Amino acid sequence: MRVLVIEDDRETAQFLQKSLKESGHSADLAGDGETGLAMAQSGTYDILVVDRMLPRLDGLTVIKTLRTEGNRTAVLILSALGDVDDRVKGLRAGGDDYLTKPYAYTELLARIEALARRAIPEEQETRYAVGDLVLDRLSHRVTRAGEAIQLQPREYRLLEYLMKNAGQVVTRTMLLENVWDYHFDPQTNVIDVHVSRLRSKIDKGFDKPLLHTVRGAGYMVRDGAV
Amino acid sequence: MGTQAFRLAAASAAAFLIVSALIVGALFLQTNTLLTDHVVEELHGEAAELARESQGLDTEALADKIRQRAAATGTGLYLLTDANGKKLAGNLPEFPAALAESPTGGVFRYPRAGDAPGIERLAVAIPADVGHDRRLLIGRDIAEQVEFAARVKRTFLWGFGALALAAMIAGLAMGRSVLSRIEVINATSRSIMGGDLSRRIPLSGREDELDDLSQSLNGMLDRIEQLMNGLREVSDNIAHDLKTPLNRLRNSAEAALRDPRGADAYREGLEGSIEKADDLIKTFNALLLIARLEAGVVEETAERFDLGRLVHDVAELYEPVAEEQGLTLNIETEPGIEVRANRQLIGQAVANLADNAIKYSAGMDRPLELRVVAVKARAKSGFAEICVADRGPGIEDKDRERALRRFVRLEKSRTQPGTGLGLSLVAAVARLHAGAVRLEDNDPGLRVVLTLPLAPPSP
Repeated sequence: MRVLVIEDDRETAQFLQKSLKESGHSADLAGDGETGLAMAQSGTYDILVVDRMLPRLDGLTVIKTLRTEGNRTAVLILSALGDVDDRVKGLRAGGDDYLTKPYAYTELLARIEALARRAIPEEQETRYAVGDLVLDRLSHRVTRAGEAIQLQPREYRLLEYLMKNAGQVVTRTMLLENVWDYHFDPQTNVIDVHVSRLRSKIDKGFDKPLLHTVRGAGYMVRDGAV
Repeated sequence: MGTQAFRLAAASAAAFLIVSALIVGALFLQTNTLLTDHVVEELHGEAAELARESQGLDTEALADKIRQRAAATGTGLYLLTDANGKKLAGNLPEFPAALAESPTGGVFRYPRAGDAPGIERLAVAIPADVGHDRRLLIGRDIAEQVEFAARVKRTFLWGFGALALAAMIAGLAMGRSVLSRIEVINATSRSIMGGDLSRRIPLSGREDELDDLSQSLNGMLDRIEQLMNGLREVSDNIAHDLKTPLNRLRNSAEAALRDPRGADAYREGLEGSIEKADDLIKTFNALLLIARLEAGVVEETAERFDLGRLVHDVAELYEPVAEEQGLTLNIETEPGIEVRANRQLIGQAVANLADNAIKYSAGMDRPLELRVVAVKARAKSGFAEICVADRGPGIEDKDRERALRRFVRLEKSRTQPGTGLGLSLVAAVARLHAGAVRLEDNDPGLRVVLTLPLAPPSP
């Protein structure tokens, strides 16, 4: 995956470049809005990571310009401004996701990977399968090894999101935002409790666990060890 | 402003004086003219009468007639001469020089018989036609009239003088009193600028506009002092609640670095550091959010939504958490409670309340029927009401107001995890949406009631 990081803080940018490389992606850096815009216009990137406050041309203007030119590359906005209003402004300008500084690298990685997947035109999948776990999106039925599993509506949506991103790390915040549509801090780790409930329903009594905890990052549904 | 008041007083006094001078002057002139006209008219009447009576009378008979009239007491003046100007009869000593050139008569001065020499009195006279070989001048002494006019003039002048003086003194006194009170306000302002924010402007007790102004200024000063104190409190709290965890973070990094076990210890230390940094970030974010909310800046994202549904959803998020703590979460929400608000912020507020309720109920040793947290939402008399009730230790009466403030964590709860900003964030969210937060006794436990205005009925 090719990532363009438009970020004026050198240390942050280099940290991101190094980390992305270690995660198997390649990253180009731009130190200001103008350079960033030019690189985004000419290069082919899967993801743009754009800081909101940039010298010469601010991040939102870069995104707006690209969008009016018809450039649909997925954009993750990084910002120190984390207000509800700021978030809404960022997404209105054409950003696909919004991450507030300071952030954990694992969170950033999980989000750009999710964005990259979203960028691939998704054939309307009616059925997700991971190992012997099957989720049918038409009948809303979940089975493991052919046996029906009864899930609450929320548990179903949780599993649906995890399976849609099977093999990828999904963070707690991503779950809170995408399954519950909450963009606030729930104080305690409520998500952990919900996931462990779901896990007890789909993994209990089976030798091979499918819903894994990724330490320091989040969760992953995967057939096999993490 | 003081000199301005004085100027105004002086100006209005002057205007008053000018207008009354005009009125009195006009009156005076009118009276004078009226009196003079009356005298002249009377003279013309007498002249006509004498002219008629003189026909057929010889000069001697006419002289007798004139002597008679002149002898009568009064103000009448007469002089009959022959064609050469020789006096034949009358009480005027001679033909007045002032009238020599005036065929229709006029005003002149004459010495009255019996008066001290050198004193001349004012009179008016006209000629009467009494035939071709004699001349008759009839007149009136108008000295008294003039004297009357002079007296009136004097009275008016004295009156105006006194009035003007009184007006000036009143204006000055008023100006000085206003000035001195303004000087008090000034002096107070200067000492406040000098740093003594506790000073207040003294009131005169007259309950006038200046007292009103002083009261408003004092009210403003109270508010400013309150905000300043709030700010001071916040910075003290920041110092405590951010510096303490920062120090802990630093300590754990140092301890890991010194640990002889090496790599394993480093890993543990770093993981601990990240955790502590995350806690700090949470506190910091909450603090920033409250500050932004108190500045009132999220109107743009207000939307209309069903509050009952949101409360139900958020409470449901916490249901498994409550269950894990051996608590039952009772959720009772009415459908169709429409509010216009920021959905995320209200969600955050409800989450904070639910989180607190579970956190504080968890450690209590209560019988099973009291291991309950209740979350309710309903519409009540024009307001939406969210009520979260726990069976925790509760908050004492005297501490309730304090508990809503930033960073305040009552001693008992210091040991609990959390930023200490939960309730104050709820209070800030309520204020932003023109709502309110109440803390009540749940006997036992705490009940938090968050009220929000209902959305106006949709068109």
